[in-house]
Amino acid sequence: MLKLSHVYKTFNKGTVNEKQALIDINLQLNPGDFVTIIGGNGAGKSTLLNLIAGVYPCDGGNIFVDDTDVTRLKEYKRARFLGRVFQDPMRGTAGDMNIEENLAIAYRRGKPRTLRWGITPEERKLYHDRLSTLDLGLEDRMTSKVGLLSGGQRQALTLLMATLQKPKLLLLDEHTAALDPKTADTVLKHTNEIVTGQHLTALMVTHNMHHAIELGNRIIMMDGGKILFDISGEDKKHLKVEDLLKRFQNAEGKELDNDRMLLN
Amino acid sequence: MNIANFLVTMHGAVAQGVIWSIMTLGVYITFRILDFADLTVDGSFATGAAVSAMLVGNHNADPFLSLLAAFGAGMVCGFATGFLTTKMKIPGILSGILTMTALYSINIRIMGNQAMIPLNGTKTVDIVIRKAIPGISAKNSQILLGGVIVGIIIAFLYWFFGTELGSSIRATGNNPYMVRSLGVNTDTTTMIALAISNGLVALSGGIFAQVQGSSTVDIGIGTIVIGLASVIIGEVVLGKHAGFLPRLLCMVLGSIIYRAIISLVLFLGLRSTDMKLITAIIIAIALFFPTMKKSMQQWGSRRQAAIAVADSQAENAFDGSDDSDKESDGKE
Repeated sequence: MLKLSHVYKTFNKGTVNEKQALIDINLQLNPGDFVTIIGGNGAGKSTLLNLIAGVYPCDGGNIFVDDTDVTRLKEYKRARFLGRVFQDPMRGTAGDMNIEENLAIAYRRGKPRTLRWGITPEERKLYHDRLSTLDLGLEDRMTSKVGLLSGGQRQALTLLMATLQKPKLLLLDEHTAALDPKTADTVLKHTNEIVTGQHLTALMVTHNMHHAIELGNRIIMMDGGKILFDISGEDKKHLKVEDLLKRFQNAEGKELDNDRMLLN
Repeated sequence: MNIANFLVTMHGAVAQGVIWSIMTLGVYITFRILDFADLTVDGSFATGAAVSAMLVGNHNADPFLSLLAAFGAGMVCGFATGFLTTKMKIPGILSGILTMTALYSINIRIMGNQAMIPLNGTKTVDIVIRKAIPGISAKNSQILLGGVIVGIIIAFLYWFFGTELGSSIRATGNNPYMVRSLGVNTDTTTMIALAISNGLVALSGGIFAQVQGSSTVDIGIGTIVIGLASVIIGEVVLGKHAGFLPRLLCMVLGSIIYRAIISLVLFLGLRSTDMKLITAIIIAIALFFPTMKKSMQQWGSRRQAAIAVADSQAENAFDGSDDSDKESDGKE
């Protein structure tokens, strides 16, 4: 599915602000894997997702999607394989355009943009049905500007847009971090429904250890640009927060002292 | 000075406004749809005028076909700015300035190293129309010509920005990150929008040169400012929540109102060289308008609150008691 081999990334090379964001990352995802990635600030989680998405190039190593080497493909070309939801609810949608226009642009992900009409009546029906699965009443507001929606509604819409064309890989970059706890739970519920319901392969970055443990079939912990451990199968099912902390201590030889992770 | 004179002046303003509205529609595409302040237009307007005047004046080309050539030349100018900003990553405003500056030299070359091409006695578009419709005045022939072309352009833009490609251009101006994440090359959409925009600007320049009867090197100076003023005036007239079609139509209205204001000011006795100052003032006022509206509302609600407070205090004083307002209200 997705394979990263010996991937490196350094920011601001050769300056005092040099930061090794990713060091020799090797990772292989199997079809249907729902992986949660946990780690503190600066662990390299978001960098990892951005490298997979092609936001910036790798300094070394290769990225494969289904045996296709995408290392040198530009961001907009990789979009063919990827569905993405961002931390910032403003990023994933166009606020000045209405809900159905946003969906129509997402529906054509990976396809050439022609001079055909931008949205067809059949599509509207599809969008109506898909929106109603979100239970937010958005199906009755399809011609409302997205800018009028709340952050949570926008994230739910972005999630729908990312999966409207089934992606080979869904990238969720702390997509609930900017939401209040209740809304975050709703968006996570939808995430889980969509990923498991459509048998998607997904990578979800989070700060929240409970979320990381509850969701998915595999958990990866990162720190200092490296993957510390990778737990899947039965071990993942019985995993508790204390186990994560213990594993972190064993791997790093120090206590986990990240407030944002611990207090969540 | 009388009413008849004034009406003649306004008639001229409408004729000018309709022709310049083609340029305004171009500026609207970059400034509002693409969210890109494109200064190329000062150059591309003159390029359109130069190409059209050269073809008509010196090569006896068909005046209408020369306008198509002007449109094409304008598209090339837009592509140049688009290339500078997307592929060479030069900031948008600077890219526009670079193209505009380069076009000054290019335009003089197009004009055969002359500062001016006179079109006296040549077969220009409005002369063709006046021959076809005997008795039509020069101004009415301009309004007819401009009106038909603007109608076609608005129909085209309305269709184009509803297509898949047009939608992705609109989204590019709104949220380029999202557009890239959904598989659209924003470099391409940016260049297409700039090309169409400058094509329209050059077309407007071509018509203007023919109607005016000459093309000069400095014909395009201040075009961007006039375009922005017209866009902003059009939007003030329209209000915020209108569909795309009324929005485009209001660009035409904005251009006409702008010309009318300028004509009025000239009519009242100011010099034509004062126009740039007046234009700048119009834009400043129009841009200030939303802020002013907000602070007026704020002022209004503060004042109401102050009156309410003063009223309740006055009531208390009347009662001569320290009791709460509710009680005294109840008594009354």
